[in-house]
Amino acid sequence: MDFDLTPDQKLFRETTRKFLESEVSLEKVRELSTGPESFDRAWWARGAELGWTALLVPEDQGGGSVSDAGLLDLLIVAEEMGRLVSPGPLLPVNVVLSALVDAGGHDDSVGSLLAGEAVATWAVYEPGGGWAPSAPGVTATPDGDGWVLSGVKDRVESADQADLFLVTAAAPEGLTQFLVPRDAVTVEPTTSLDLVRRFGAVRLDDVTVPASAVVGTVGQAGESVARQQQVAGVLQAAETAGAVDRVLEFTIAWAFDRYSFGRPLASYQALKHRFADMKTWTEAIHGIVSDAGSAVQNRADDAAELVAAAGAYVGEKSTAIIQDCVQLHGGIGVTWEHDLHLYLRRATVNRALYGTPSDHRRALADIVISREAA
Amino acid sequence: MPRLEDRDPSLDDPENDVASWSRTKELQKILWNGGFAGIAFPSAYGGLGLTPEHQHAFNRESQGYEMPLRINVPTLAICAATVLDMGSEQQKRDRIGGALRGDELMVQFLSEPRGGSDLAGVTTRAERDGDVWILNGAKIWSSGAYAADYGLCLVRTDWSVPKHAGLTMFLVPVHTPGITIRRIRQVNGSTEFCEEFFDDVMLPADSVVGEVNGGWAVASRQLYWERTSMGGGSPYVSGWGRGIPAAAARSLAGLARSVGRLDDVAVRELIGESRANHLVQSALVRRVTIGLTTGALPGPSASMTRLMHAETDWRDSDIRVDIAGSAAVTGATGEVGELSLNRQAGSLGGGSTEMARNVISERVLGMPREFAADRDVPFKDVKQGRA
Repeated sequence: MDFDLTPDQKLFRETTRKFLESEVSLEKVRELSTGPESFDRAWWARGAELGWTALLVPEDQGGGSVSDAGLLDLLIVAEEMGRLVSPGPLLPVNVVLSALVDAGGHDDSVGSLLAGEAVATWAVYEPGGGWAPSAPGVTATPDGDGWVLSGVKDRVESADQADLFLVTAAAPEGLTQFLVPRDAVTVEPTTSLDLVRRFGAVRLDDVTVPASAVVGTVGQAGESVARQQQVAGVLQAAETAGAVDRVLEFTIAWAFDRYSFGRPLASYQALKHRFADMKTWTEAIHGIVSDAGSAVQNRADDAAELVAAAGAYVGEKSTAIIQDCVQLHGGIGVTWEHDLHLYLRRATVNRALYGTPSDHRRALADIVISREAA
Repeated sequence: MPRLEDRDPSLDDPENDVASWSRTKELQKILWNGGFAGIAFPSAYGGLGLTPEHQHAFNRESQGYEMPLRINVPTLAICAATVLDMGSEQQKRDRIGGALRGDELMVQFLSEPRGGSDLAGVTTRAERDGDVWILNGAKIWSSGAYAADYGLCLVRTDWSVPKHAGLTMFLVPVHTPGITIRRIRQVNGSTEFCEEFFDDVMLPADSVVGEVNGGWAVASRQLYWERTSMGGGSPYVSGWGRGIPAAAARSLAGLARSVGRLDDVAVRELIGESRANHLVQSALVRRVTIGLTTGALPGPSASMTRLMHAETDWRDSDIRVDIAGSAAVTGATGEVGELSLNRQAGSLGGGSTEMARNVISERVLGMPREFAADRDVPFKDVKQGRA
């Protein structure tokens, strides 16, 4: 995060860090990876009490933020979670909350998500497809007062534990989003490179939902989905930034502790130059996350552009940095026992999810080219 | 200011360099007469005494107008900034005022023919003779010295102490008896860089900037401003850009269109990559500036912006060549290829990126310093060559 956090934000960061350190140490993460669930619902509810679900929800709906810049506060949580490769549906729940709050209605769902009683997720990928959340193959057909949804979503985060699915679908009027309850769909778990982040495929077999399931306006979800992409993109980038920060920290410490040929690794210019690059890239990652975060928080005109820049740069550099840290650790870096792979797994998933660096670069080119043509 | 579209393009021709410098002075005079010169410089020395944000706002508004960009670096952002921090009252009034009025340009006399990145190892010397100093030696890689009026010149004044302790910074009038300037032709045809030879140049005692034998402190400040301006964080530049060649300023999308490749997905990814790099670069400048202001980052962190600037430059050079393909070396976009021959400019000018990486690892991360055979050794006893 930025160096100019308010005292309240600093306190919030400390509280979050202490809670995560005591509740989900890396040892705990390893335990969870072999258990039936990637996170404990009661634990998530306690996170909700700490504010993890409240930051994007206005005060009159029961939410509230630390600094009146809720998204920036939420990025603090995401970064802290990245530092410990924490479990939990922080990104999907908050993306859905931001969508529901922007659209209005769905007060009960907002309430239960806010309290940590319910978990929601963002169903925007489809089998065989790349990153194109605004062009769904899932169809929504009018049926009396309600709708029939058909198709499959996959790469749905926390699908195993979700109670609610925010589904993008093509209605005759255009892109539309629906909030679909768990009992209407079939969830098939899929594998995940991340030890504690799980994904699933969600089948919508002619599911009938009432008109009240629509989020926002029928056929008008384009802007809302674009906004969700920004919230998801910057949250994910902040989480990766936290992971990179932590890995570089302990790799630098390792370079001071580890001696070869009678001197610490940190004294070799060939390695010092690589550390200098990694330090620079890491500060740059924090810089772009922070710029993108402020733009999304303020709904600035360049928010999409900055989020895409963050996606492209953070995705590319984070994995490069962590892989290089593995190299600098030598053989010990590729063992199961060392924590490095936990971070590498998280960063690798984040690099591929919700847009690859290539996807983000093409999005940036579209923005640049259309601006120059204007 | 004149509109950018009315600018005389012949000023970009390397052969026309002298005209380009005199145009720079003309434009600076227009800026001065309009009351917008040196927005962030103190009013006592001819500036407006306003904040970097005021300058930033002016820079934003000045896009689309022809600006005296070549006076920004090194005259205002490096030399005047250093004089402001380290010079005498008289030097501040004369040199900062002279630059802001568009009367004078300044140049850096730092590097030496055998010096490389070991700046504190300079062997150009000044010896005291009564009221004057006598300067002898040679400097190199000074941009536009032939057009400049004053140079900040780092020389050795005491050979009996270790290298950093025996240096002094002088303000040298460039067009003075005993100074010979030779222009150096670069691979891209540019002749902006110069080499200077000093033969018994007489300098009055008040030419010293800072303290006699305290030159390293002045040079350090100068290097700080150099890194800051190379990284894009100087509060003293007027208008954006550094008067770089047209090919480097040209939009990548425009280049792609001109070679018929705008719809190529691979090309679009390159355009997007470049845009991301530039946005990240400005984000880093902002972050480092806040870090330095709040004390969260140590002073030498400015080297990170210097390194990032070079990397962004490099990548852009490679991307331009990739987009233009064979047209860059044979056809209509030949200037893209020429420019790429000078690809290292951004990672050599202002100290090599290897030095930046040393600074970052040693002074930001606290890693052990490299072994130096000249540490704590009187400079006269330091080996200067193989013999």
